[in-house]
Amino acid sequence: MPAGEPDEASRAGTRLRVNGSDHRISLERDRSLLYVLREELGLTGTKYGCGEGECGACKVLVDGVAVRSCLTPIGEVVGRSVTTIEGLATGDELNPVQQAFIDAGAFQCGFCTPGMIVAAASLLARNPRPTRAEIRAALDGNLCRCGGYLRILEAVEKAARGSVDGARGPA
Amino acid sequence: MTEPTAIVPFDLLPPTERPYFGRWGNGLVVVLPAHRPGPSDWGRGGLPHGGAWVHLGEEGMVRAFTGKVEVGQGTRTALSLLLAEELRLPLSSVELTMGDTDLCPWDMGTFGSRSMPDAGEHLRVTGAAARDLLVELAASRWGIAPGEVELANGRASTKGPGAARSLGYGDLVRGLRRVATVPPSVRPTPPTAWGRAGHPAVDVSARAVVVGSQRYTSDLRLPGMFHGKVLFPPSYGARLRRVDLSGALAMPGVTALHEGELVAVAAPDLLTAHAALHALRAEWESSPQPSEGEIVEFLRQHPAEGEDFWDKVHHETGDVESALASAPVSIHATYTSAYIAHVPLETHAALASWEGGRLTVWVGTQTPFRAREALSDALELSPSQVHVIVPPTGSGFGGKHAVEIALAAARLARAAGRPVRIAYSREEEFVRTYLRPMAVVDIHSGAEKDGQLTAWKFLDLNAGSAAARLPYKVPHQRIDNQPAESPLPQASYRALAATANNFARESHIDELAHRVGADPVEYRLRHLADDRLATVLRAVVDQAGWPAPSPEVGPKFRGGRGVAVGLEKGGRVATFAEVRVPEDGRLEVVRVVTGFEAGAIVHPSNLRSQVEGGTIMALGGALFESVHFENGRLLNPRLSQYRVPRFRDVPAIEVLLIDRPDLPSQGGGETPLIALAPAIANAIFDATGRRLRSLPLVPDGVVP
Repeated sequence: MPAGEPDEASRAGTRLRVNGSDHRISLERDRSLLYVLREELGLTGTKYGCGEGECGACKVLVDGVAVRSCLTPIGEVVGRSVTTIEGLATGDELNPVQQAFIDAGAFQCGFCTPGMIVAAASLLARNPRPTRAEIRAALDGNLCRCGGYLRILEAVEKAARGSVDGARGPA
Repeated sequence: MTEPTAIVPFDLLPPTERPYFGRWGNGLVVVLPAHRPGPSDWGRGGLPHGGAWVHLGEEGMVRAFTGKVEVGQGTRTALSLLLAEELRLPLSSVELTMGDTDLCPWDMGTFGSRSMPDAGEHLRVTGAAARDLLVELAASRWGIAPGEVELANGRASTKGPGAARSLGYGDLVRGLRRVATVPPSVRPTPPTAWGRAGHPAVDVSARAVVVGSQRYTSDLRLPGMFHGKVLFPPSYGARLRRVDLSGALAMPGVTALHEGELVAVAAPDLLTAHAALHALRAEWESSPQPSEGEIVEFLRQHPAEGEDFWDKVHHETGDVESALASAPVSIHATYTSAYIAHVPLETHAALASWEGGRLTVWVGTQTPFRAREALSDALELSPSQVHVIVPPTGSGFGGKHAVEIALAAARLARAAGRPVRIAYSREEEFVRTYLRPMAVVDIHSGAEKDGQLTAWKFLDLNAGSAAARLPYKVPHQRIDNQPAESPLPQASYRALAATANNFARESHIDELAHRVGADPVEYRLRHLADDRLATVLRAVVDQAGWPAPSPEVGPKFRGGRGVAVGLEKGGRVATFAEVRVPEDGRLEVVRVVTGFEAGAIVHPSNLRSQVEGGTIMALGGALFESVHFENGRLLNPRLSQYRVPRFRDVPAIEVLLIDRPDLPSQGGGETPLIALAPAIANAIFDATGRRLRSLPLVPDGVVP
């Protein structure tokens, strides 16, 4: 629990904003965000892969930046906005990264895909036109045991081209 | 109140007694019976194989059923494409149910690259038979000859111009309740005429995957579900002396049990389950176990009688001992491959639920019917009382054959009187599943002065016989494999023995070529006994540019190139690798070209993904993957300690798919892996003159 937080606050519940909705979680504030998303909120698109921040399957966006939810206590995201893979599309309209993963056939078993898409969306939000090396570096913390890295690179490049083209006209 | 009708799995009922129409409505059902193993035919005569059935309903959908499962290899889409092809309808009109033991035909399991050659063929012929029946139905309805009916896009129509008549399949089968079996005369569409199969297609589960709604076993939840944890021994070989459950049982809501070998707890939430596990007091009796440094000697000294696919094989032609004795050129060398872990990104998981004495288990297994059998045996149930469902599974790679987790969940659910889910932690996944067997391969070869191979003596210890047979012409040869007693749990792994045996053979062939001053490609082509494999090798070296202008050799690093081939499970592979070794010895794999031929290509984009992904997976085992162990404990059972390939490890990979529509489709998930390690080892030799004979080649990244 972060220093200075009274126990009262924990007991009253921690307020979390996830995919645009507010939730009250009556668990200790050092409980991992991954646990709360999956076990309390039923948001199972975010995956457990290792529990030690090595695989990236648990990545979610916190204020638009990809974080490893298995290493993030819920106390750290109070007052911030959490977006999971379930909250990335706008209604029926997929996020460009999601669409690009479909178009490029960028998954095999699909278990790493939510974390990959979240990490890529986070990259493209701050760097809309990354180089191949920048994509590799940004996604190096995400494991795909099926070895789908080449298709994933292709998907992220497609998404970058698409969103840049869409926003600014043909390059 | 009426008694509920007993549920009997479809595969345990004769085809005509299965309630197809009660379940899915009127329509046309076509069945290809499975050939199940029996005492008389298991392993002799025809191999057992699964069957297939399809139900064509009044809404125009095709429901198809196979006992194979999808663990990320993409067969759901590939098999659906074959049905869409035979039945002349869009992919979206095919709904394929896989690995559900209540509804699907019996199947041995999803392994050995058999999904395309077996299930693919079964669904093709079943689809073709259904198509013929649709044509007959339309012809008799319209009073015309079958030859005047054509099927396209889910509709039957009269051929040619004039008074065209046309009906959707749903209308054609309206009111029908017909069950037919596939006649021997059925003719599936030849791949040369394919319009849907063989062409790019989007994976049928793509949308669910990218929005996070695809539910894996570890994501499933039932009302009132408890979370289970299993108490595992602290080391391999340790035996439970006694256990005191009282600490766990004293916790509110907790179930704890000790049944046979199983000690486990279940609790309303995962945190309490962890606490309950730690409240158990167990005493173990351990015995000394061999450690990593002594493993080769240990395996040599502990031969075992094999079973299943570790059966001993022996192949002999000519007189290998005399040929070796008289050979002017001879090399004797040993090659090893380490124990490595599958590391499926989704750890093992199972959810069990009992209802009226019947057990349902959702489990990510590659062998659902074997799981049903094992569960019914262990729990003293009839097979009809067990229902195994395989949800989408976060990869398997041969690592998901075990039923222990399903059995533990079932026992806990029975004891707790409610559904129980178990999902292994990453550390449990490493330690408590099983590993790819360590392999020790001895090769003694003999050749003439000009390099012509005369003798080949090959012994695989512990890994198995796959790819041990020579694709080269050698008059005198003896090939054996010898199972051993492994101190670590070991079983199936994607291309396990083929990787070890191919590494040994293709490294050794390279040694011979260098010894006699031959070009390694020319040397292989000179000896290859298989034209298809030679074609793949030629395509790869053409693409790679071989013989190469000598790789950049500057003061800062040495460059090297290597090739290797492989022939296994009906597929042919050739791999070229280019490496750079800088002054500090830190190996860089710069470029890989892999050519693969496995008959007619059903789903080209998926096959490409399999070859690329397999290459990357094989890169881990080739370069750095290895479990470390000491006295019965794994020393690196975490992802921070056990390195698997990441983005940074991926070289330029070029994949050449060679389509042979004139040949039956073979599996593509395993064989593309097997030539990578020797190609890299051969490239390292080319660069440095160092011959590395153990996998992983560079555990710490540095060429010694």
